[in-house]
Amino acid sequence: MSKIDVIMPQMGESIAEGTLSRWMKKVGDSIKRDEPIFEISTDKVDAEIPSPSAGVLAEILVQEGQTVAVQTVVARIETEAGAAVASGEKPAAPPPHAPVPEKTPAPSSPPPAPLAPAPAAPPAPAARSGYGGLDSPGSPPKSVPANGGAETAEERLRRRSTPVVRKIAAEHNLDISTIPGTGLAGRVTKNDVLGYLEGGAVEVAPVPPAAAPMAAAAQGSSAPAAPASAPTVDPSTGDKVEPWSRIRKLTAEHMVMSRRVSPHVNTIFEVDYTRVAQLRARKKAEYAERGVNLTYLAFIAKAIAEGLRKHPNVNSAVSGESTILRRDINLGIAVALDWGLIVPVVKHADELSLLGIARAINDLGERARTKKLSPDEVQKGTFTITNPGVFGSVIGTPIINQPQAAILCVGTIEKQPAVITVDGSDAIGIRTRGMLSLAFDHRIVDGANADRFMADVKALLQEFPEAAA
Amino acid sequence: MAEVTYLEAIRQALFEEMERDPNVFCMGEDIGAYGGAFKVTEGLQARFGAERVLDTPISETGFVGAAAGAAHMGMRPVCEMQFIDFISCAYSILTNYVATARYRAFLPCPMVVRGPSGGYVRGGPFHSQNPEAAFLHTPGLKIVYPATASDAKGLLKAAIRDDDCVLFFEHKYLYRRIKEELPQGDHVVPIGKARIAREGKDLSIITYAATMWKALEAAEQLEREDGLSVEVLDLRSISPMDDEAIVATVKKTSRVLIVHEDTVTGGIAGEITARINDLAFEWLDAPIKRVAAHDVPLPYAPQLEDFVLPQTGDIVRAGRWVAKY
Repeated sequence: MSKIDVIMPQMGESIAEGTLSRWMKKVGDSIKRDEPIFEISTDKVDAEIPSPSAGVLAEILVQEGQTVAVQTVVARIETEAGAAVASGEKPAAPPPHAPVPEKTPAPSSPPPAPLAPAPAAPPAPAARSGYGGLDSPGSPPKSVPANGGAETAEERLRRRSTPVVRKIAAEHNLDISTIPGTGLAGRVTKNDVLGYLEGGAVEVAPVPPAAAPMAAAAQGSSAPAAPASAPTVDPSTGDKVEPWSRIRKLTAEHMVMSRRVSPHVNTIFEVDYTRVAQLRARKKAEYAERGVNLTYLAFIAKAIAEGLRKHPNVNSAVSGESTILRRDINLGIAVALDWGLIVPVVKHADELSLLGIARAINDLGERARTKKLSPDEVQKGTFTITNPGVFGSVIGTPIINQPQAAILCVGTIEKQPAVITVDGSDAIGIRTRGMLSLAFDHRIVDGANADRFMADVKALLQEFPEAAA
Repeated sequence: MAEVTYLEAIRQALFEEMERDPNVFCMGEDIGAYGGAFKVTEGLQARFGAERVLDTPISETGFVGAAAGAAHMGMRPVCEMQFIDFISCAYSILTNYVATARYRAFLPCPMVVRGPSGGYVRGGPFHSQNPEAAFLHTPGLKIVYPATASDAKGLLKAAIRDDDCVLFFEHKYLYRRIKEELPQGDHVVPIGKARIAREGKDLSIITYAATMWKALEAAEQLEREDGLSVEVLDLRSISPMDDEAIVATVKKTSRVLIVHEDTVTGGIAGEITARINDLAFEWLDAPIKRVAAHDVPLPYAPQLEDFVLPQTGDIVRAGRWVAKY
């Protein structure tokens, strides 16, 4: 009958702290060894953390949304059931860091807010006055100067929670203030809480203002990471307001920063993939037998890795007034998720066979979709490939994934009529073709560098060696 | 089987019950040879004779009282109010006498008072009323208000067979506007049971009678324009009220809009709100809202009637508000 500490794990060598984004178990739940018990969110990735031991979750010491240093004890597990906290019983005392009192009124404390006869939000009169204060939809609640305070009706509405929300929050030991709301004036609705519990629709982890999450990525540039303040917009009737999830915030900040820091130049090449298509058709079944889906992307990644070896300044980063030429070739592969975008990295891509690259891309993509990536796996990219071609995009002009020097965009690959020369005479043939576009940082990569690199990549794809496939 | 109007469904129920039970008889103004102001009882006198289909003087107090006496003696009278608005003339006999008879003197009152109710027909203040709430307040009376032809038939049959007085409200706007195929055989709908008219998960509209149809239209529109999944609960019985069904839909959607055609103050929506408050407060995710008629006599002018009575657009607007709260 002993207690075991559950700690915030170190999810990557450069990671010093993690945000506990969600508890998947509550106090009193019995837990199997290796069963996921909480979810963490670092500035790179979300991951589920397995229990170090079987037992009963006895104490939760770090609440959802809190950011703590690695090795911090976040919970304790009673390794033998029937101890202090029997399975299924409610703990006698509320755990530390219980939900903010004003959101979950104890029986003794007065109910929140609406005691004063101040106009409750939504305040505007209804067209049908008999119906008891229906706000005209869409009109934002008006500010109500409170006694000595500056709380607006909106703020009050945000602070107010409905019975069902309080009930669910109490059952799951949640702090309502950490959940983004989609209701009127950002109020937390039942769906918000349920979505939060499911870990789906809304991702939650307030970004600690002190530690700007992209600071690491932005290091070496003196430009601020925060996006320029955008104008606020009043939603119209029927609009839905979705507060940004963590992943959305990070993406937004990163995109603005990258555009500001790097002078982007695009160069576009058209590639004849007919040979790749033939090789792929021939090898697909063989690869499938080994559990790997052989995609065009794998060939392209392979060609990029080769090309980067020959053109190291495309595989580089800016630091102050120096260029860091990377020894390793680590290819980031952008993966579109329902809830955002993530870029897992194929490490040492130049050392992998086509099979190895294809397998790594399959595996990382799958685990990105199931939130099983570790933070290490989304770090240390030296070059990024994005593939909007799968959606049918002919070509795009991507934004560089800082602090890298360049990003490749793969356009859709289709059969097209093309002029081919057979035995000295020209003819129209059916060829498999597509566009590749490179966006590069002109501070360190000149047009000639970029185009030579792309010409090599193109040549390799068009004459992909049989032996390498 | 052919589709049958709401009005025809009521007539079928009267026919079938008079056939089934010789103690059932009808009383009312001009219901005999003339067949009633809306022809609900047309053919009844020809079939069952003037003794069982009685034309009465214009005295609701008188013939409702007579019906109570007959009911005490084992008969099962069905009284027609030419317009339900005039049930107020029988208010005293119904609330003081009929509703208390069982308690005072063990006197059973198996009787039905029925009549055309409601507006949307340019009837003005004397011919458009929905006085159900006035009787809800009196213990000892049952109240039903069907929205569909099938329920009109099944509930009237249940009302005639009930051993207590049942007030049966018929919506005159629905008389000939809705039609449906009725269930075969002896179709009886139990009193006190609501019906889910449309399944949904984002918002519940609790309603009855003609506004049930407007709620369905609004639900369609909210689904089409806002992607909302709206549940519509048709109460059918006002008293006893189906608390179980109300609580079930509240727990499902957590958001409630109550719609009725009667005026808002003292209307049934207030009672439903109080019940939800008692039984399901912890499941609410938004304030309960009401859409009902303004607190004025129903105007004659068409534009004003349209303004005063709840319309589909009002329900959509309020539903949207509750859903997004």
